[in-house]
Amino acid sequence: MEIETLLPALAFYLFAGVAVISALMVVIARNPVRSVLFLIMTFFSAAALFVMLGAEFLALLLIVVYVGAVAVLFLFVVMMLDVDFVELKQGFAEYLPLGALLSFVLAVELIILGATFRIPKEFVAQTPITADVSNIEAFGRVLYTDYAFFFEAAGLILLVAMIGAILLTLSTKKDVKRQKVCEQVSRTPKDGLKRVDVKPGEGI
Amino acid sequence: MADFGSNMAALLPEIILVISGLVLLLVGAFAGKKAVPAINLTIVGILLLVAVLVLLRIPDAALSLFDGALRLDALAVFGKFAALLASALGLWLAYGYLKTDKRLTTEFGVLILFAALGMMIMVSATDLLALYVGIEMQSLALYVLAASNRDSLRSSESGLKYFVLGALSSGLLLYGASLIYGFSGSLRFEGIAAAIANDASVGLVVGIVFLLSGLAFKISAAPFHMWTPDVYEGAPTPVTAFFSVAPKIAAVILIARILFDPFLQMLADWQQVVIAISVLSMVVGYLGAIMQRNIKRMMAYSSIANMGYALIAIASGTAGGLSGLLIYMVLYAITTLGIFACILAMRRAEGMVEQMDDLAGLSRSQPALAIGLTILLFSVAGIPPIAGFFGKYFIFLAAMQANLLWLAIFGAVASVIGAFVYIRVVKIIWFDEPPQQDFVPVSRVQAILVASSATLMLPAAIWFLPALYEWSEIVALSLFAGG
Repeated sequence: MEIETLLPALAFYLFAGVAVISALMVVIARNPVRSVLFLIMTFFSAAALFVMLGAEFLALLLIVVYVGAVAVLFLFVVMMLDVDFVELKQGFAEYLPLGALLSFVLAVELIILGATFRIPKEFVAQTPITADVSNIEAFGRVLYTDYAFFFEAAGLILLVAMIGAILLTLSTKKDVKRQKVCEQVSRTPKDGLKRVDVKPGEGI
Repeated sequence: MADFGSNMAALLPEIILVISGLVLLLVGAFAGKKAVPAINLTIVGILLLVAVLVLLRIPDAALSLFDGALRLDALAVFGKFAALLASALGLWLAYGYLKTDKRLTTEFGVLILFAALGMMIMVSATDLLALYVGIEMQSLALYVLAASNRDSLRSSESGLKYFVLGALSSGLLLYGASLIYGFSGSLRFEGIAAAIANDASVGLVVGIVFLLSGLAFKISAAPFHMWTPDVYEGAPTPVTAFFSVAPKIAAVILIARILFDPFLQMLADWQQVVIAISVLSMVVGYLGAIMQRNIKRMMAYSSIANMGYALIAIASGTAGGLSGLLIYMVLYAITTLGIFACILAMRRAEGMVEQMDDLAGLSRSQPALAIGLTILLFSVAGIPPIAGFFGKYFIFLAAMQANLLWLAIFGAVASVIGAFVYIRVVKIIWFDEPPQQDFVPVSRVQAILVASSATLMLPAAIWFLPALYEWSEIVALSLFAGG
């Protein structure tokens, strides 16, 4: 086999294999933090597959949005909420037969659907990707021109979300501890250190 | 296609709204607590000013902006004017109420301002993306407003409930939109209409059903109404007043535009869906309202039923239906604002009155308020000499002209059942034995709103109906001629 076809095929099977295995690990890992880390691994492999398809913009989006924002949010939630996943998974064996039956029916239905359904040809890839322009550049050309209105409106939506988050979480009550930057910055070792002469066997 | 500059010029009202919102947000951040009432009043003023500006800038012919993303036509002008006016009055009402409770914040007004901006985009959207952007801008502001009373458990609960279910409905809507895009190859309404004229595939019908499900959630039509009673009850009352008027107008106009503009050729496909939602809403709304003892929950069910009537007008699929819809929505908005002004005005020394039975004796301690509320309740029940009757009349007329006689009869029967709900409140106000305590005097804002909305409903003020009718006719014909 030619090296030009062998290398992409190797890379595809490598990335696809890693994606499938780490996706499996997301489900079966006992520690939820590990699950999230495997999820990030899955996203990365999927992003690599997108790059191979020539969709580098989607690949970047996947990394920036899913790895950068969503997965980190998951990590926060998993670490902050005390969810007992072992307890959640109890009764797994009990429901296994029913679950297996349902997933079997679903799989059969999907196979029948996939075998019979044809997407109309005229709706597939209507606008051909021009070879001379990378798709990041193609997005850039329309995002701030044809789609300027949507871009600005989306920015305003984010602003509304930010106002909302601040309004709902910022507390102005007096008994809430808050950061005083001025005091923190003007602190000297003199204020923070205290020398205590500890006698042997007494403690503080 | 117009160039960028003239596109922006056509969006002048929206741009004024955005800039003033940003400036006032900054002013609020630096000026401290003292400036809060003034800022909120300024926002009321700006909303009214922009509403007038929208009216002054009616274009001679429908303007297509940003390559077909938005359209500035008679329907958009009508919708923007109604939504802005309703938002301004809603904020004014909230201002009067929250100021006495010392719970007013700068952000409250700014969020209503941005919600109004979202509504302006919604009513002029002729593109699935613009439609979604408008809905999200409005919804995000509403989620926060519902939860804005952070010290109340129920307010936080209602905000969370609204947010989670709202996100779900946005998902349905987007799924529908993506199907429509996939099967028509265009996000623009023009492109969709062209694709339908060419060949309407089954995929489009599935897309419309999902899109309608998402939109039905936004106007709280059954069977997507589950959130409404809890959110209406839990949210601060002035926020509930705002919820039940301005967003409804915008969403109903949006549904009318998308169904009457690109999808009119598929009338037979979506008509049955709209009829089903409409019948369910009337039944669920009125039967649910009979069970309620809390007046805010009752109003929630009442708004579900009222959306059922609005959907009858949409189901007719004619210009007459659209004009009837607009008249109905305006009358509904005036009545609902008036009723909520009454609800806000009914305070006893120990706090707000929310249970219906506590209204007993209102006619003795505050006869003027009782008369106003009675007129408004008769209006929303649709009893003939009062204006609310004409709203229903035009809708039934449109349904009959579209060969939907049975639906009109069903609506009429449902409104008889509904009359029970409203007249029961009237009975409590006038005939039940009052408890010991008297009501606190009504504040000025509420008095003005109750008085003016009740007066507009009276047969004596019938002069405004022909004007409204004429305007709605022009709007309806412009959409049907141009679409």
